[in-house]
Amino acid sequence: MKEKIRSLWQKLFGDSVRAFGVVSLIFLASMAIAPAKNFFSEWRHYQHGYQRMVRNRSDANTLQRHFRGGIQQIWLPEMGAVDRCTSCHVGLKEASLSDVALQPYRKHPVIPHNLDQFGCTVCHRGQGAATTVAEAHNSTLAWEQPILPAKYIESSCGQCHGGPLLGTPQLNQGRSLLAREGCVHCHTVKLPDGSLMKATDDPPSLSHIADKTTREWIFAWLKDPQAYATTATMPNFKLSNDDARDISAFLIANSAPVAGDTLSVPATRSTDPAAAASLYGESFCASCHAVQNAAGNMVGGNLGPELTRIGSKVKPEWLQAWIRNPRAYDPGTAMPHYRFDDGQVASLSGFLLAKTDSDLLSSVHLDPATPEQVAHGKRLVSDYGCASCHEIAGIKKPENFAPELSRIGSKPVTQLIFLAGMQHTLPDYIAGKIKQPRAFSPGLKMPQYTLTASQIDALTTALLSLNDRSYALPASLSVPAPAESDYQPDGKAGKLMTDLACFSCHRINGHGGDMAPDLTLEGSSVQRDWLVQFFKNPGTLRPAVIRRMPRFNLADAEVKELTDYIMTVYQSPTIDRDSMPLGGYPQGQVELGKSLFYGKYSCQGCHIVDTKNDKGYIGPTLTHVGSRLTAAWIYQWMKDPQSLRPGTMEPDRAMSDEDARALTAFLMSQKVGGSVTKTAKTGSPRQEMAKK
Amino acid sequence: MNRYTSLLLLGVLPLNSACSRKSESVALPAPTAFGAAIVESSGGKQMAQTGGLLPQPLVVQVNDEQGAGVAGALVGFSAVPGVIFDPASALTDSSGQVSTNVSLGGMAGRYQVTVTTLDKSHKTVELKVEEIALGYQQTLGRRLNDQYCDRCHNAESTVERVSNYDNLEIKPHPFTEGDTLNKMSDADLTAIITYGGPALNKSSLMPPWGNTLSKANIQALISYIRAVSDPPSRSSGPIYANLHGESHLHTLASPGVTTP
Repeated sequence: MKEKIRSLWQKLFGDSVRAFGVVSLIFLASMAIAPAKNFFSEWRHYQHGYQRMVRNRSDANTLQRHFRGGIQQIWLPEMGAVDRCTSCHVGLKEASLSDVALQPYRKHPVIPHNLDQFGCTVCHRGQGAATTVAEAHNSTLAWEQPILPAKYIESSCGQCHGGPLLGTPQLNQGRSLLAREGCVHCHTVKLPDGSLMKATDDPPSLSHIADKTTREWIFAWLKDPQAYATTATMPNFKLSNDDARDISAFLIANSAPVAGDTLSVPATRSTDPAAAASLYGESFCASCHAVQNAAGNMVGGNLGPELTRIGSKVKPEWLQAWIRNPRAYDPGTAMPHYRFDDGQVASLSGFLLAKTDSDLLSSVHLDPATPEQVAHGKRLVSDYGCASCHEIAGIKKPENFAPELSRIGSKPVTQLIFLAGMQHTLPDYIAGKIKQPRAFSPGLKMPQYTLTASQIDALTTALLSLNDRSYALPASLSVPAPAESDYQPDGKAGKLMTDLACFSCHRINGHGGDMAPDLTLEGSSVQRDWLVQFFKNPGTLRPAVIRRMPRFNLADAEVKELTDYIMTVYQSPTIDRDSMPLGGYPQGQVELGKSLFYGKYSCQGCHIVDTKNDKGYIGPTLTHVGSRLTAAWIYQWMKDPQSLRPGTMEPDRAMSDEDARALTAFLMSQKVGGSVTKTAKTGSPRQEMAKK
Repeated sequence: MNRYTSLLLLGVLPLNSACSRKSESVALPAPTAFGAAIVESSGGKQMAQTGGLLPQPLVVQVNDEQGAGVAGALVGFSAVPGVIFDPASALTDSSGQVSTNVSLGGMAGRYQVTVTTLDKSHKTVELKVEEIALGYQQTLGRRLNDQYCDRCHNAESTVERVSNYDNLEIKPHPFTEGDTLNKMSDADLTAIITYGGPALNKSSLMPPWGNTLSKANIQALISYIRAVSDPPSRSSGPIYANLHGESHLHTLASPGVTTP
């Protein structure tokens, strides 16, 4: 063996000429490696593949003309993007390649942006400068940023767009969940515009909780909030029996009564159950509160708490006082102050108190609390950060209780601690943390939420949009969310509107909810007499709409106050209410309007004028519209509905002045014969649906 | 060639490894029974955003020759790489059913899911189910549909939302009605949406939306209509089917072997 090596050595490097020759050869060969490596590179391989694929297509000429070989690059200095992705993804801009299944050759799906302006990694993440698949798409030793999984892609829209977009439902949902599920009570989220993300939920104050409920209920609730209400926002803190016992002891001991928030109504609770149920229905409690029906379905809105087992929770005297005037106990509540009389309070509270669940508290037996337990409970309340969400007398709201999430979407993977078996990526980490926070360490304080898989995906999407890029955007690219207005009406009417919680459902001047119509221009829209009647007895305007205006049992003076304010203040600058008469249009014009209504414009598809023949119930019923709306409003609505109510479903028909006037004349001829509200109550499709 | 395609697919869907890697280490349970046929119970033809989880699980049932459910049969789900099944294979429960949560791939289009089990002679029994992944444009179209079209074009009512379909003298076409809508070109659909029914000599109950919806929005609506049509529209793009039909079937025959 040794001999062989020696002879080989002799042959190759025996004399200096020979050695020089051999070394030169080796040098030459190694020089050739670099071009060879380049020649066999992945991008070249894909480009050859593309040319082969294109060759046999009918549009080969066009595609070949567009093709440019070599490494391609999109350079966006403003955004710090150097994207060479188009070196392999050759056909991204070729419209005819949208049906190609073979990647990397498919056309990029249609999006509202130009690829040359936004590049690739701004939305998809990954390493733009890399020229191999592994380095571009995955996290490797040298690179950290992997491609963003498709299901979180909307998070990239959220880097620039601060507000909701129609095409990004998942991002919108995630953001609203962040605000609504209480995340931002503990975690600070500073938005790119410098403002703090605000919570939209309203956890109740616990300073007076003993007025409202019992220690036993608090214990059961702490142990498992969803056992009481499946829709409860309160997460499960997985407390031991002893801890739940002590916290309930502290909360009861710490509670101070509120003057006037308990009430004993003389009337007995054994009122007619059918009448009570119909009062519950007429007051549209279900617009905000849900109740689980016998089939297990949740029926009702989610603005207020679920009421399925309310009778097992509240003290009767508290409930009665709450129904009479919720603002006595909680001045900031979203619940309106209905003007119920004693009989109605007794009836409604009886109806609600019957909603009990005998299993809920049957196993809860608590001995009287000892001072040690109360003291321990207080310590636990501080430890778990209860005061981050709830107002608790004597306990300060903790600051920076949980890690700030402002730039969570850029957190380096090296700083994360993963669970065994988990993919080492940021989205997986975030989703895993939301899904089962305590799996990461039993000592963690973050409680267990009851979220569906799609809600977790949505939350993860929203969190991923909070990344370094979103804070470092050039001003020209950032599209901030429309500013939330804090509009408040003034004076007596303003106080009245707060008392009736109008803004829980209606939006005015950019402030308020979206359950009911925007009232910013209401004064230009409706006739005064109709509004007065509507306050006294709100009828159905849109038969297919499930949530309706309740009757607040207002006094005449209150109705006058509200009506005056609305008619004077909430006016459109472009509509002169008195510019067109409310009636007296020539018969010919009315007839023309009628033929346009049923013919050219086929309004009966969505609206009802003649209750016998018309069936459409997408839009409001127009049977008595001539007594409800002003002619000037109808005319303007015909011309351009979106200018009056942005986003309304009513299509803009670009109507001629003549058609608009004729239709206005026809609609204004539809006046009340009897009472305004009578017609709408019968045969509501919604009621039929509810029966089913 | 095979290596070539798989390389490409690897390049396209780099993150699908999340699932496949998981299933690598999971040993398949041993089947205790064998059926004769698989039928879909629920969960076919659902929609999700690209890469997203289908709203409802896919539920299939394994039946014997008499059509009764078979408990303990091993069922496997497969599709192109990028589609994630949780679980990818399982034994049927006492009613003969198996349920799996499906996350679709990262590209918009239709995904064919192959559901397999083995019969008594260890031959493969197959069921194919289709699911729809919506890209940005189709998602936008779907939202617009919810806002402007669905109330008339969808005959189904929910408690929250009553359909207007039954009230219309001339019935609108549901968007899933591929037999009719596939015959209409994009230009036809654009015309009828923009200018209303009379533009194509159809009912004026269909109003014109050209002043209300932007061109891009109308385009998005059409892409949504194409995406949901049944039978599928040609312009809805390729159907992602599992071309390598072998899936992990051979492993089903020998319990205990891990999936590839």
